Amino acid sequence: MTSLPKKQNKKLGLVIDLDICVGCHACAVSCKEWNTSGHSSPLHDIDPYGDDPTGVWFNRIHTFEVENEINGSKTVHFPKSCLHCSDAPCVTVCPTGASYKREEDGIVLVNPDTCIGCKLCSWACPYGAREYDEEAGIMKKCTLCVDKIYNENLPESDRVPACVSTCPAGARSFGNLGDENSEIFRLVEERNGYDLMPEQECAPTNKYLPPREKNDQFSSDKLSSVTQDNDFTFETWKEIIKDASK
Amino acid sequence: MNPFKNQTEEVQTSPKVSDEIKQTTCFMCACRCGINVHLLDNKIRYIEGNKNHPTNKGVLCAKGSAGIMQQNSPAKLTKPLLRTGERGKGEFKEIEWSEAMEIATTWLSEIRNTDPKKLAFFTGRDQSQSLTGWWANQFGTCNFAAHGGFCSVNMAAAGLYTIGGSFWEFGEVDWEHTKYFILFGCAEDHHSNPIKMGLGKLKSKDDSKFVSINPIKTGYSAIADEWIGIRPGTDGLLVHSIIYELLKSNKVDWEYLKRYTNSNWLVYNNPGKENHGLFARDENNSPLVYCKDNKKITTTKDQNSNSAFFGKYKYNNLEVIPSFELLSKEYLKPKYKPENISSSIDVEVDVIKRIAAEIAETAFEKEIEIKVEWEDFNGKKNSSFKGRPVSMHAMRGISAHSNGFNTCKLIHILQTLLGSIDVPGGFRYKAPYPKHVVPGPKPAGKIVKANTPIGGMPLGFPTSPDDLLTDDNENPLRIDKAYSWENPLSAHGLIHMVINNAWKGDPYKIDVLFMYMANMAWNSSMNTKETIKKLTDKDKDTGEYKIPKIIYSDAYYSETVPYADLVLPDTTFLERWDCISLLDRPISSADSAADAIRQPIIKPSRDVKPFQDVLIELGARLGLPGFVNEDFSAKFPNGYSDYIVNHERQPGVGPLAGWRGDGNEFGKGAINKNQIHEYIDNGCFHSHEFSENQKYFKFTNKAYLDFAHEMGWIAKNEPIVMQLYSEEMQKFRLAGEGFGKKIPPDHLKERIIKYFDPIPSWYQPFEEKLNADNNKIYELYAVTQRPPHMYHSWGSQNAWLRQITNLNYLYISKHIAKTNNLKNFDWVWLESFSSKIKVQCKIMQGVNKNTVWTWNAIGKRKGAWNLSPDAPESNKGFLLNHLISDVLSNASNKNSIISNSDPITGQAAWYDLKVKIYKCSDEENDGKIYPSFEIIKNNSRRNISINDYGKQFPKEYSKNNLTKIKEFIGNSKNIK
Repeated sequence: MTSLPKKQNKKLGLVIDLDICVGCHACAVSCKEWNTSGHSSPLHDIDPYGDDPTGVWFNRIHTFEVENEINGSKTVHFPKSCLHCSDAPCVTVCPTGASYKREEDGIVLVNPDTCIGCKLCSWACPYGAREYDEEAGIMKKCTLCVDKIYNENLPESDRVPACVSTCPAGARSFGNLGDENSEIFRLVEERNGYDLMPEQECAPTNKYLPPREKNDQFSSDKLSSVTQDNDFTFETWKEIIKDASK
Repeated sequence: MNPFKNQTEEVQTSPKVSDEIKQTTCFMCACRCGINVHLLDNKIRYIEGNKNHPTNKGVLCAKGSAGIMQQNSPAKLTKPLLRTGERGKGEFKEIEWSEAMEIATTWLSEIRNTDPKKLAFFTGRDQSQSLTGWWANQFGTCNFAAHGGFCSVNMAAAGLYTIGGSFWEFGEVDWEHTKYFILFGCAEDHHSNPIKMGLGKLKSKDDSKFVSINPIKTGYSAIADEWIGIRPGTDGLLVHSIIYELLKSNKVDWEYLKRYTNSNWLVYNNPGKENHGLFARDENNSPLVYCKDNKKITTTKDQNSNSAFFGKYKYNNLEVIPSFELLSKEYLKPKYKPENISSSIDVEVDVIKRIAAEIAETAFEKEIEIKVEWEDFNGKKNSSFKGRPVSMHAMRGISAHSNGFNTCKLIHILQTLLGSIDVPGGFRYKAPYPKHVVPGPKPAGKIVKANTPIGGMPLGFPTSPDDLLTDDNENPLRIDKAYSWENPLSAHGLIHMVINNAWKGDPYKIDVLFMYMANMAWNSSMNTKETIKKLTDKDKDTGEYKIPKIIYSDAYYSETVPYADLVLPDTTFLERWDCISLLDRPISSADSAADAIRQPIIKPSRDVKPFQDVLIELGARLGLPGFVNEDFSAKFPNGYSDYIVNHERQPGVGPLAGWRGDGNEFGKGAINKNQIHEYIDNGCFHSHEFSENQKYFKFTNKAYLDFAHEMGWIAKNEPIVMQLYSEEMQKFRLAGEGFGKKIPPDHLKERIIKYFDPIPSWYQPFEEKLNADNNKIYELYAVTQRPPHMYHSWGSQNAWLRQITNLNYLYISKHIAKTNNLKNFDWVWLESFSSKIKVQCKIMQGVNKNTVWTWNAIGKRKGAWNLSPDAPESNKGFLLNHLISDVLSNASNKNSIISNSDPITGQAAWYDLKVKIYKCSDEENDGKIYPSFEIIKNNSRRNISINDYGKQFPKEYSKNNLTKIKEFIGNSKNIK
């Protein structure tokens, strides 16, 4: 019901490297910290010291195991926030125009003044990336730190999303994924970055980098004894090694 | 008009972020990162990492970013409290500080005037030992330690007794150059951001490998290139087996061993005599080597390139053998062959062999070289630093076993055999380390007298039995029995034994237990239930508490607060001064010597005082030497910040090394009244970068050692020789055999002889051995891991962090689930030889098949930390502590009870726990954890239904036209 911008030249987004994400939640908390006083302030927490504390988080880390026939299992740390899709169903479903995608940079935002809290967008988003603020009665979501990345009150080096600048492992990158000449675009190409659930046809901007497949770097899988005999005695070993240890 | 056209809002992209940015040092954990605190309307708007800070270089972890909510915690104490009801009931009256200080002064001065050791002063994770230890010294009690005894003293001591440094605060991986990194055990606790930054860097290189050896695949292990799910407590055996493989195939760095270790030093082979196993020395006490060229025994100082690693020689008519022969003979025993180790550690033979081969190939065929001219201590000029790029790190997972000291030593020996200590790509020391092996000073406290300092720091490093703190009958002098024959090298004390010993009056009764920031009535004690009882137990005859007086200081309402008689409320880390000093364990990196401070960012709105200020004021009130002037006026009337600037430990050496003298001197120099402001202006840290030629081979690097000596970091300007063979251990063993002035009591002789081994080797953890000896079957291993977003108990009061984790399950392997017929969320009993708990289980794959585990310190007591009594932390969250006995019967003497700790250092053996598991019966299945505890009464508890932090900030915007963004590429680089 709400239309997407016709032109989408600039596509700001995140690239998340699953090869090095250790699941430490640094990005999630830094996001919460910036944004609870930011564009969508406050990100309410309900019953924060009680039996079921719940709150609004734009970025959440899911940790799970994937069973693997060969290696037993893989523990995956999977950070997830709005993917700022080019074909964002959360926008087109919005009855009031509150959920919209910015033409100038592709960031998907919710206008708190016109959001009626109907939650249609959260039903439409296949990624579950929307966050309903029970207390405020409106939908909230990742703003890509729109009030940080262009903020003239901050030094240029700090104008990146909070989740990106804080990530200790350096697993997060930020840039214009619509620019084929950008470093971030090439990063995605080189590392075979992929779309999350492409079958949903949302054309997400954010990309994930899969764990690297490392080539076997080693020439041998065991060391050979200096003695011929595997059941050598210390004395025979010592006789051979004496000269080697010169 | 199209009603469905985008009604785009006018987005304010340039709001005001702060009126002021104040920089300080984070204390959400012990990592000590630099932070920028953005203040808006005098409130914290945003905390981010300081890009210029040597520790975190701009990044910040989940804990650090949640600092706002720690400051906002409703569990903060608000006023001094005096107990009115029975201990443990949480019945207090609020009192003024003047009264609180008078009470404390009265209690303490009575002790000091009579018998100062009746004060047991133990601190937790405060990192101000250089002040607190010195205070204890001035007070005159030997009974002081911080929390190292239950933390990682095995790691620290094993390193300092072997290579003169250790992991974490003592050294770090050369992340820039390493190619093969082995992480032993759980390490998601200390040094957390540098390790994450390093792993990101390492993994982003093509020619690198990260191997994690850990029974559990979570956290860092999840991104390891190879995960080895070892059986808990057997890492030492794996290291043995790797050493076996390297030795048998001649993959050791002979040149390195000869130049920088005691491998060639000659050892007396004189069994049954007082010098057996000691180094042969000449009349100048210089160790000796056998020179193969001229076939002579000579001093190490005259050692040439051809001294012997092997052979039997004669010195003073006694047989002497190079220590390497002894070491290699032990380490080549067939019992260490991968084939003979594999089934004991749950690692396949081929895997052990392959890891050894990969290590060898990386070390010896992928050598790296950094072109820098440097000179070693023998005057040899070199044109480059050559390095073997294999690195290792270990922390709590290795430390917290009763064989932890030896396992840590084995890891250091493996590193040394490879020649990978303080070389490019290896492990690197951080200033003020390396120190000579063994570093000074010795522990003080042999003589305790009224109104008299003990004459030195209570914690130190014994080198022989003569340094022990025992009386003429060889009984312990300290309340925690540190430096006694039970745990001779307990360099960090045994905080975990204090309550038990004070309650028993063993070795004597104390009068005041004074604790700071240590949650001893909950997650920091073994056998929590019994420990709590000991705090409240009364003498039947007198009706008085067995531990007569307890003073406790903390910023928050922890589980320990209700057990205090007098509570001194501390400030938060954003409200006080702190000093992270080169006199203690500073924030140095391998490239620079650095120290730091914390400055008050906001003023407390409660009637609380920083603990260090309180301690200094108490020192003045008690008239402790060091804390008063000659006229008995307070020496540091302005508290800790006054002390930080004006205290001198030696002339010219104070808590802070930067900007001394006229502001241009580093390390040594006169007091500079402006020093603290210089720190504030520089982001609250000072960093002295070493010159390029000082950065590696620090143990022999002339330019570095000259500098370290000038700074007072090392006592003598001599190279540091790594001690693969430990003469100190042998001295204790000889005492066990009856030689020397101090001989262990009979019931500990066998223990001393067995575990004090000059050539460290693995042995079975005590609890497992004890179970076997008693024919009790507890087949499974139980350990904890640390969630990277929580630090000990503090995280649960944090509105944000507890949304990430507020309960814990018992994680079990598929194998255990199958053999015990268990499903996800079943309630199970977990039973150890001493106790049992009832918890809910979950099944996972990435865990050693015989191991169960859970997250550390998530379980909370009902009512503590201002959580509502129905909080998941108290109803589903649990501690393994209840299963861990604080004492074990002594294997050599069933009648003697001994601490459940490493026999050498006294490190609490948390991870030795062995258990069995079985499903709850239907009747028992009430959906409740066991044991459960009475709710802690806290009248100041506030009910907060909504957290709307952030709402209070004014929406001040300035228009802007900025449209360009700054691209940011993380560690994923490698773009061609």
